[in-house]
Amino acid sequence: MKKVWTLLIALISMLALPATVLAADGSAIDTGDTSFVIISTALVFLMTPGLALFYGGMVRKKNVLSTTMHSFIIMALASVQWVLIGFTLAFGPDQGGFIGALNWLGLSGVGIDPNPDYAATIPFIVFMAFQMMFAIITPALITGSIAERMRFPAFLAFILLWMTFVYDPLAHWVWGVGGFLRTMGALDFAGGTVVHISSGVSGLIAALVIGKRMGHGKEPMAPHQIPMTVLGAGLLWFGWFGFNAGSALGANGLAGIALVTTNTSAAVGALAWMFAEWLHRGKPTVLGAASGAVAGLVAITPGAGFVTPMSSIVIGLVGGTLCYFAVSVLKAKLGYDDALDAFGCHGIGGIWGALATGLFATKTINPLGADGLLYGNPAQLGIQAISVIVTIALAGIGTFVILKVVSVFTKLRVSSEEEETGLDLSMHGEEAYPDFIGNGFMPSPIASKSMAFNPVSSEQSIY
Amino acid sequence: MKKIEAIIRPGKLDDVKEALDKCGVTGLTVSQVIGCGNQKGNTQVYRGVEYTVHLLPKVKIEVVVADKKSEEVINIIAESARTGEIGDGKIFVTVVEDALKIRTGEVGEQAL
Repeated sequence: MKKVWTLLIALISMLALPATVLAADGSAIDTGDTSFVIISTALVFLMTPGLALFYGGMVRKKNVLSTTMHSFIIMALASVQWVLIGFTLAFGPDQGGFIGALNWLGLSGVGIDPNPDYAATIPFIVFMAFQMMFAIITPALITGSIAERMRFPAFLAFILLWMTFVYDPLAHWVWGVGGFLRTMGALDFAGGTVVHISSGVSGLIAALVIGKRMGHGKEPMAPHQIPMTVLGAGLLWFGWFGFNAGSALGANGLAGIALVTTNTSAAVGALAWMFAEWLHRGKPTVLGAASGAVAGLVAITPGAGFVTPMSSIVIGLVGGTLCYFAVSVLKAKLGYDDALDAFGCHGIGGIWGALATGLFATKTINPLGADGLLYGNPAQLGIQAISVIVTIALAGIGTFVILKVVSVFTKLRVSSEEEETGLDLSMHGEEAYPDFIGNGFMPSPIASKSMAFNPVSSEQSIY
Repeated sequence: MKKIEAIIRPGKLDDVKEALDKCGVTGLTVSQVIGCGNQKGNTQVYRGVEYTVHLLPKVKIEVVVADKKSEEVINIIAESARTGEIGDGKIFVTVVEDALKIRTGEVGEQAL
């Protein structure tokens, strides 16, 4: 009893400790902006479980849990990495244009006072949280390329290193104050380069390094549950309103415009892919419509708050069509096994979107942006192209090096037997849809109770 | 006793079951199978890539009947499962050595 009281007193006295986070509430905070960004944070967060469903439905039944686990565990891993070190590397005080300093390690100094460098009307900690959701979904996108064959320990190590050495620096270059791409004038409203090109290219490199799935090109590897994929696509589209409109960092007209360009591009992307597939293969598929919507969303991401809604129609149209051919023709011709088309949709879509921003951006939509080529400023297209090339280089080289380093310590790829059994069982010891209910599937305590009349062996096999 | 194995179109299962009920068959086992005979299969498309599927879903019905009833049952199944198109299926007949009813222990034709 005495121990309980001691513990209680200790806990209560912790409240008396000065909490550096709880600074005085600044009058600069706008409640509308803050609530909007908080809600957008939740929307973008939902995109990652949405991605888990999107990808999960597309793999074979024996790998659905492994694929879902990739996205789900990144929600956890990235959240911790971000608050410990990721945020300060990405947005901390600039060091030579390349990286943020460690002033905000462990969110030290990141409190409720706004940081006018980034968002003058919302608490800085809200800005940090909003950015965290982008840091979560970006590595999750890569998992589509290496689905169905990567070992889980190698995966965890790779993700952690990728976030720290690719995502955080890139976010700094494009969005950090003093980041050299930002200083150069590169436009990226919500993450065309930082999120989509980086993850798409990284996925491609990872797919090449780890190698094709066994039986690729010979065995059919059709999606096992397309309804799940379509649900995931719907959640992604929904969350993307937070992704793009929320990047206005305020409950204002620009957010409204970004919402409209986002939705329009998604819609046109879905139609474009569907019609392209219809003409090319003879039938309009729902998987194609869902994929096209995602391609449209990717394409508009860098320009959502810089282009007109009418321009977003063109962006979605080209995005959907281009990505369809990247996935159905280019991938088949070149033979790489980008299993779930992270490169085809996010890499290609992001490259088009970043360049399209250089065509269609106009200061009439966002005075803080720039004009693109179609508005009399061809130089912007050049700047966008440079940011694309830099992103591809960092993502490609970074991913390659990180994978090689990780492979020194642990194998990247599962054994052929593990791959044949399926990663759900071999990596996680779980079965997503146990087929024969009651046919041997018993948790161990019950199995050992039945030892009384079945004393053959304590290791019951499932079948 | 004879075992009658009929592989039929999935859509015809209800018709066949109803017909078998009417003629007094006392039990049957149904399983979902895939297979092919003269049907060519179909083509599916996923993200612009075509997959040719050669094996098609069918339903297999297994009934064990007394010898004197077997011809009647075969005809009933064939008539209720027939559409006239390729893919209607096939019926196979084998001899059953013995049978036992688990609840009562009866053997032979009594077990059916």
